[in-house]
Amino acid sequence: MRVPLSWLAEYVDLTPGTTPEDVHEALVRVGLEEEEIHTFDLTGPIVVGQVLDFVEEPQKNGKTIRWCQVRVAPGDGEEAVRGIVCGAGNFFPGDKVVVTLPGAVLPGPFPIAARKTYGHVSDGMIASSRELGLGDDHDGILRLTTLGLDPEVGTDAIALLGLDDQAVEINVTPDRGYAFSIRGVAREYSHATGAAFRDPALAVSDPLAGALEGFSVSIDDQAPIRGRAGSSVFVTRVVRGVDATRKTPPWMVARLKLAGIRSISLLVDITNYVMLELGQPIHGYDFDALQGGIVVRRAAAGETIVTLDDATRTLHAEDLLITDGSGPIGLAGVMGGAATEMSAETTNVLIEAANFDPVSIARTARRHKLPSEASKRYERGVDPQIAVAAAARVAQLMVDLAGGVADTTGSVFSDIPDRQPIELPAGYVAGLVGFPISADDEKQALAEIGATVADGADAASPVLLVTPPSWRPDITDKSDLAEEVARIIGYDHIPAVLPVAPPGRGLTVSQKVRRRVANALAADGFTEVLAYPFVSAAQNDLFGAPDEAEVAGIKLANPLDGTVPFLRTSLLPGVLDIARRNLSRGFTDLALYELGSVFRPEAGVDYGLVDLPGVEGRPDAETLAALEASIPRQPRHAALLALGNLIPKQPGQPAVAAGIADVLDAARVVAAASGAHLTVRQGAHKAFHPGRTAELFVGEQSVGFAGELLPQIAAELHLPRVVALAELDLDALTVAGSGVIEAEPVRAMPAATQDLSLLVDVAVPAGDLLEVVRVGAGELLEDIHLVDDYRGAGVADGAKSVTFALRFRAADRTLTAAEASEAKLAGAERAKEAFGATVRE
Amino acid sequence: MSDTTPISEESVQAAVDAALAAIAGAADSEQLKAVKQAHTAEASPLAALNAQLRQVAPENKAAFGKLVGGARGRVNQAFQAREAEIVAEEAERQLAAEAVDVTALPSRRAVGARHPLSVLQEDVADVFVGMGWEIGEGPELENEWFNFDALNFDADHPARAMQDTFFVDPVERHLVLRTHTSPVQVRSMLERDLPVYILAPGRVYRTDELDATHTPVFTQFEGLAVDKGLTMAHLRGTLEHVAKIMFGPEAKIRLRPAFFPFTEPSAELDLWHPTFVGGARWIEWGGCGMVNPNVLRAAGIDPDVYSGFAFGMGIERTLMFRNDVSDMRDMIEGDIRFSQHFGMVV
Repeated sequence: MRVPLSWLAEYVDLTPGTTPEDVHEALVRVGLEEEEIHTFDLTGPIVVGQVLDFVEEPQKNGKTIRWCQVRVAPGDGEEAVRGIVCGAGNFFPGDKVVVTLPGAVLPGPFPIAARKTYGHVSDGMIASSRELGLGDDHDGILRLTTLGLDPEVGTDAIALLGLDDQAVEINVTPDRGYAFSIRGVAREYSHATGAAFRDPALAVSDPLAGALEGFSVSIDDQAPIRGRAGSSVFVTRVVRGVDATRKTPPWMVARLKLAGIRSISLLVDITNYVMLELGQPIHGYDFDALQGGIVVRRAAAGETIVTLDDATRTLHAEDLLITDGSGPIGLAGVMGGAATEMSAETTNVLIEAANFDPVSIARTARRHKLPSEASKRYERGVDPQIAVAAAARVAQLMVDLAGGVADTTGSVFSDIPDRQPIELPAGYVAGLVGFPISADDEKQALAEIGATVADGADAASPVLLVTPPSWRPDITDKSDLAEEVARIIGYDHIPAVLPVAPPGRGLTVSQKVRRRVANALAADGFTEVLAYPFVSAAQNDLFGAPDEAEVAGIKLANPLDGTVPFLRTSLLPGVLDIARRNLSRGFTDLALYELGSVFRPEAGVDYGLVDLPGVEGRPDAETLAALEASIPRQPRHAALLALGNLIPKQPGQPAVAAGIADVLDAARVVAAASGAHLTVRQGAHKAFHPGRTAELFVGEQSVGFAGELLPQIAAELHLPRVVALAELDLDALTVAGSGVIEAEPVRAMPAATQDLSLLVDVAVPAGDLLEVVRVGAGELLEDIHLVDDYRGAGVADGAKSVTFALRFRAADRTLTAAEASEAKLAGAERAKEAFGATVRE
Repeated sequence: MSDTTPISEESVQAAVDAALAAIAGAADSEQLKAVKQAHTAEASPLAALNAQLRQVAPENKAAFGKLVGGARGRVNQAFQAREAEIVAEEAERQLAAEAVDVTALPSRRAVGARHPLSVLQEDVADVFVGMGWEIGEGPELENEWFNFDALNFDADHPARAMQDTFFVDPVERHLVLRTHTSPVQVRSMLERDLPVYILAPGRVYRTDELDATHTPVFTQFEGLAVDKGLTMAHLRGTLEHVAKIMFGPEAKIRLRPAFFPFTEPSAELDLWHPTFVGGARWIEWGGCGMVNPNVLRAAGIDPDVYSGFAFGMGIERTLMFRNDVSDMRDMIEGDIRFSQHFGMVV
């Protein structure tokens, strides 16, 4: 809402010298947040001039210019009459016009200087409304007589036209519909500063207002939305004999303009002006275009209306309509119809000031994508008591400015339910806001906002009975009253007291795991990234499953980027995108990780709920379970990426290229930080290199993959051939790793170490071989690791020699070499049984 | 033993002198080893003299024995002393030879980095965990009931349309990307025993295009306390504490009236600090208020017995003015320079 200060000052005292910043500062204290300051953005000298005479001079370019002598100051001074070149042709000698003299700056900025043009020195410019920032008028220059003005030559035109006014813009929260009016903001300013407020609604006095009759209006709502009638107030009245062609007075144009509304025509401007002033949307009809009385009803599905933007709109059965004998003539509270629109030919006007159900208007405005100044106000609630005054104010302005005559033709329908007082127990407000408030201060604050306050009957449990003012539909509960009291007294009175929470349990296992994993990976040389979760169907299909199984995905109805409407089922597409961005910025060695949620719906399940539970109380267990089940699984994953060199070339250090081994290592770091033990098996994933893919397990549960991106895909993504990737299900690792770890005694007896070389088919994974040796070697084996994999001379084709280092230790004695050998050979025997491995001597 | 030299003081002294001279002349352990061989081993003059002791007349045995033994002792002592010297010299030489330019050593382990948004989120969490609060979490893809209905957003209220929500297709099934971390409030009240003191950090979504000050995916931290007798004073006390820990003891906060469907009374939270870019000034930090009784009711909590307060701030925004980040995109794009500048701290 933009509030011109001159307008505000009509209804609340502004101390002389009050700046827009002062007004902002005051309003923010009562909850109206500051936005911009708006001005006409021009500086003088801009004065009233009189065209004395001119000569028309045709130019080579086909234009005809006028070389004018313009008096810009009284008297005989040297500069009282100036020569000015003007391109417009809509004025006559003797016309009073607006002259911008050298030194003036018009909006743009467009500085004015004496300059040579068309063979003359033009000593200023005769301005149009458009150049002054007042409107879009293309009719040529502004002739002050058309505005009914005949000021003295030399008068400051800036003040004359209201161009010295300024407006403060404030952000109106959705509960404060009344603040979409000068009336409402003036009241709030009074709350903030204590300045005297004069209600403009009370300023309207019209003897006819009580006698309106003779125009038929019926409210016929056969399908109220959520039990609320579409219209609770409908006031009409007629002004006859208006001159619709008169110009809107400059003060009104200036105020509308500052308030952000373009001047259209006098009649329309008046309706907008009153809407801004009182917050009551007004619709004006060409009375002679109406066919009979008005019926307010719901649309029939499929019915159409041509709105005044000349669009044909197909209606929904919930849309509320204004109709006459011809059918729909307005989309109630949203936009009028074209057929009954006020025009330059209109002589008799029917004014409508109505109150419509906020929900009905909100739905219609959304449905037809027609947010309007009217719908914005109705959605937030319009004061139902203001309609009669607003209609009278419009009539008055049409009489005063358009030369019309008001009569008693009209109607008043009003079905406003009485507001029930809210019980406000003594001490409630203080108990909620945390500082003492006297009963008098509380009453005073409530009275200030316009509420009616009475004492409750029961002296034993004192309460105030508070009836909120008609313009505050948002106040329905004692907590709303608490906010009103607190903001009128001032939030600055709230003291600071630190509450004492009961002893907490610290972070959860999952939270601790995520921190450990994140820190461990960063310490391991990886850089954390956070990708958007938006992906394409193709990305989900590729990374969402290792095989050709269908990948179900969650699709957004309104994605920002239509190429990525799905939610990620894997973190890898996002990490790859970020890798590519870094590569394009010249970073060719990358080690990245992301921890984040993925969205894993199951194929064939309809997630969501069509009917949501109510909010009157805690939903029952079954309802809560249904709500839970309506949301797909969103496990947390960890993704790893390495490309380029893991170690760059340095003195005495050749470069070490990143590959599958590095992400596998990092995957082990993730598992270790989760408390889980990872086993690695040869794996297959359609996005990965077929020979360089590891599937990662905890026990028998698959928890992810590590490997190198399929080179063809890397090429398509403009990435280097080797991109090492891994993704792990962090939630699964967390579950596997949780629990209390039982200590193992540290054995102090001497160890015996032995190597074991086994000849085995090359196809046998070394890890599998290691596992059987471990099992076969029995309890004495303390540690086993792979030290060599040899193929070539001395080993048959198709075979390899795999060497393990084994460390044996007994709990209670020094092992003999014979005992260790025996255990080792037991392991070798098991390898023979499992894989046909033989000991290489 | 035809060429044996008879034992005499002169002959012993000559052998000793020769040995000592050789020991002194040995330059390294190799030479010393040869000297040892030449002057103390079996074939050495001293060994030969020693061997003659067997043939010495008994009355001279003691004197000659002492003479030869003393000579051997002197030689051995000199040898040991020289050996120690040589070992020390050689160790020193080796150390000198092993010297490296510590400014030119290869780095074999790159240093990684956390994302500052993650670290800041953890730092905020720690402040609250330190006060006994717990960290609440919930899904990013939510049912509208948790994101709106239970938070007192009427289906037709303009506040609901103002949230710029990402809806899941089809919209009639009421799934959304959560627009705030507030659904965690509802979940916490439904799942936890009273009193509840939780902080809910996490990702949220709104349909804003990415630019210098907006991102469709961002991070909030939201606090909720529900207990008997909580007031706006407790809200202010909590926020003031957090502000001072996050920004230093000079930080100040200000509450001003506002509107949120899930709180009543509601307030905007402004933060003041002398070192903000652009000077000491008030910056909008978040929203807060007393939990709306309707929200308590939807979670089955009696608003006449319990009251609560809630607040929510943006992590990105906090990072922007705490650490002078001027462009939102720097936090979003994943350029490694941004995170690596912060390293493991924020």
